[in-house]
Amino acid sequence: MISWFKYKNYPIFWNNYSKKFKQKQPKSIEDTRFVVFDTETTGLDLVNDRILSIGAIGIFNNVIDVADSFEIYLKQNEFKAETVEIHGILKEGKLTKLRESEAMENFIDFIGNSVLVAHHTAFDIEMINTALKRLELPKLKNKMIDTGILYKKLEGKKDAHFNLDVLCKEFNIPKHDRHTAAGDAFITALLFLKIISKLKQERKLHYSDLFRVSGKEGLM
Amino acid sequence: MKNTIAERIYDFLKNFPPFDVLEKEQLFKIASNVKVTYIEKDHFVFKQEENPHEHFYVVKDGAIGLYRGMDNEQILVDICDEGDIFGLRPLIQNDLYLMSAKANEESILYAISVEILKEIIQTNEKVKKFLIASFSSNIKTPYAKGTNGQLFVNIEMLQTSNTNFTEIQSAEFSKNPVTALKTSTIKEAAQIMSEKRVGSILIVENKNPIGIITDKDLRSKIATGMISIDENVSKIMSSPVKTFKQKITVAEAQIAMIKNKITHLCITKDGTTNSELIGVLSEHDIVVLHGNNPSLLIKKVYRAKDITALKYIREKTSNLLQGYMEQNIPIIFISKIISEINEAITIKAIELSIEEMDNKPPVKFGWLALGSQGRKEQLLMTDQDNALVFEDVSQDKYQPTKQYFLQLAKKITEKLNVIGFEYCPADMMASNPNWCLALSEWKNQFDTWIKTPTEDAIMMCTIFFDYDLVFGDKKLVNDMSDSIFESIKSFEIFLNFLGRNALRNPPPIGFFRQFLVENDGAHKDQFDIKSRALMPLVDAARLLTLSHHIKDKNNTISRFKKLAKTEPKNEDLYLSCIDSFKILLQFRTQQGLKNNDSGRYVDLNKLSKSEKLSLKGCFKPIKDVQELLNIRYNLAQMM
Repeated sequence: MISWFKYKNYPIFWNNYSKKFKQKQPKSIEDTRFVVFDTETTGLDLVNDRILSIGAIGIFNNVIDVADSFEIYLKQNEFKAETVEIHGILKEGKLTKLRESEAMENFIDFIGNSVLVAHHTAFDIEMINTALKRLELPKLKNKMIDTGILYKKLEGKKDAHFNLDVLCKEFNIPKHDRHTAAGDAFITALLFLKIISKLKQERKLHYSDLFRVSGKEGLM
Repeated sequence: MKNTIAERIYDFLKNFPPFDVLEKEQLFKIASNVKVTYIEKDHFVFKQEENPHEHFYVVKDGAIGLYRGMDNEQILVDICDEGDIFGLRPLIQNDLYLMSAKANEESILYAISVEILKEIIQTNEKVKKFLIASFSSNIKTPYAKGTNGQLFVNIEMLQTSNTNFTEIQSAEFSKNPVTALKTSTIKEAAQIMSEKRVGSILIVENKNPIGIITDKDLRSKIATGMISIDENVSKIMSSPVKTFKQKITVAEAQIAMIKNKITHLCITKDGTTNSELIGVLSEHDIVVLHGNNPSLLIKKVYRAKDITALKYIREKTSNLLQGYMEQNIPIIFISKIISEINEAITIKAIELSIEEMDNKPPVKFGWLALGSQGRKEQLLMTDQDNALVFEDVSQDKYQPTKQYFLQLAKKITEKLNVIGFEYCPADMMASNPNWCLALSEWKNQFDTWIKTPTEDAIMMCTIFFDYDLVFGDKKLVNDMSDSIFESIKSFEIFLNFLGRNALRNPPPIGFFRQFLVENDGAHKDQFDIKSRALMPLVDAARLLTLSHHIKDKNNTISRFKKLAKTEPKNEDLYLSCIDSFKILLQFRTQQGLKNNDSGRYVDLNKLSKSEKLSLKGCFKPIKDVQELLNIRYNLAQMM
């Protein structure tokens, strides 16, 4: 009953989002829409730092679809000069910027019930969840895959822990637009396809394997 | 709204035709609708005969090979590298894929919707021209001259617009072929043939082709009286027939004819013998399409009356070679065909010279091709290397006999020079008294080289060991070969010297995987593909076959094939040496044709990334086989 009341009070976009999870979800890699995303932030502190940009791109049936991509910049009061050199987003740049509430609505509409993919997901997801909390909304409901963890499922990589740059080198992915949200999302999408392809070569890959932590079956 | 990813794809595409001539908005629309796919090495993007996808492809990274299947073999037709387009024609012409596309290395592709492109073609004349040009030639040539066709309707125009590239087009075959039933007599069949004025007739059963009778069968089997004219056609027909699908290209048809030694191919509905006959493709049809037919050239050689005709044929052969290289016909076929023609020309030059002499040759003799010609690996016009051996004669007759053959050799080498085989600068020719010797003199000469292996002697061995009898007496040459093996047997350490020689060429690649180039001289900073890549393989193959006392193998590829059987434990290595050798030979030939020289020195700056990669791929087997020689012949101690 409580959840029913809550359901009522959320904005329409959130209710639409919630409804999508009531539908039956596809159970194969080919039939699933993956949304690879990345955020650029003012820093690494979940409480005080803010999202400056979100980039995302859809993958369906092993194909990255550029038409199915997402790129937004956010208006934020918090601003740290020292991180500008990483992400290159100026406080008063030429880019069209959205308020955080609009940005979250657009992002939630874009991802729907797709499986979210990011490199080292935990941070990006927490940043989004914190932003949602500021809007008095619950956390993301999507299934998630961390390409850093997916990489460890490859033979002999169990204890490896690498950042995106190192993996780009290993998988021969050109690093265009590194440290822009959209650019990193695209690079991560290529990485995701290449890891999936390698995993398929090594073994029969089931949809459920993507969500399982190697060596710790069922814990995720 | 900013779209970083589409911008990046835009930046990439704008460097390549036809995207470079698009309007900015047009290209941005394409870029923002690209689908990006990743293809693992050896995986297919699409297969021959498959229905077309909704998208065509541009290679972003990697290399995609286009293959055409034929006779259970996959023939590489083209390699698409960064920026190349493939898989577009079937989409526009609403046809099945004519070729398979397979990733030669892991690749990232941009898939582009054909619908968007079609919209653009309607408004952009330059794009249309580019696409028409690249379809009609089916190779990557932008902008044909003066084509103004309609892309979507007039396919016939495409097929006739560019006669230079006939080989890759579907061959025109005769529809409604003349046929006779299986139950007919030979007489009935012959009557149909003369009525319809054709040189061949197909024998059918339930519309399926089961055999063929040609004029030649009638001449050799009927006119000679061997078989009665009232017998059933099955008595003289050639059966079964070779059948192919409608879409056979001229190049494929030529190869099929040469391979099977036949002059007619049957075209059936599904390409098998168990389906309805719809046409026949004869050698003559191909000659009409394409004047440079190899068997036609050889026939012309036989009929040639003077060396001007031979010179003309040799020039034609160069055109043929160029055509074959452009089509990526397997190098083995090419070198066989070119060697056959060169050999026929040499034989003709010898015959013409003998006619010019006052007397017939006093004793038996043999004309030997040496070096690359002896190994049948000569594709481009290079120098002539040859020698002559004649039967032993009594001492009093020696001088006049030698004089006769020297004079003959002089005539032959002069003719070859006029035809286009230039004189050997080192005078390794039969017209040199040193290389025009009696059998026993040759035996002594080889024995001396083998038993006193100075650097010069070893050098001579590497040239003279690769001989091939072009004309004359086989027995003389067999005798000579036996004697060489005898000498080697009694002086095995000779092989170690030969081994040291095989390693004299420095390896092709340095410690950091960079190419080693020439340090000075006219070819400074160029890569010497002959001495650094081809010769090490040639030398290794020669040495190893000699050490196994293998005779009659004078060709690098057949030597390695034999070695792979003789030493099963090294089979993989030897087979990879064959692959490398083929690629390198093809590469050198391409370079030579491109620069109109021997192709020996390669300017690395002019190579594409995939060319460099494929060259580097050839170097591993060279290094491995050199290591094997090093260990087997203890060369480290001798160096």
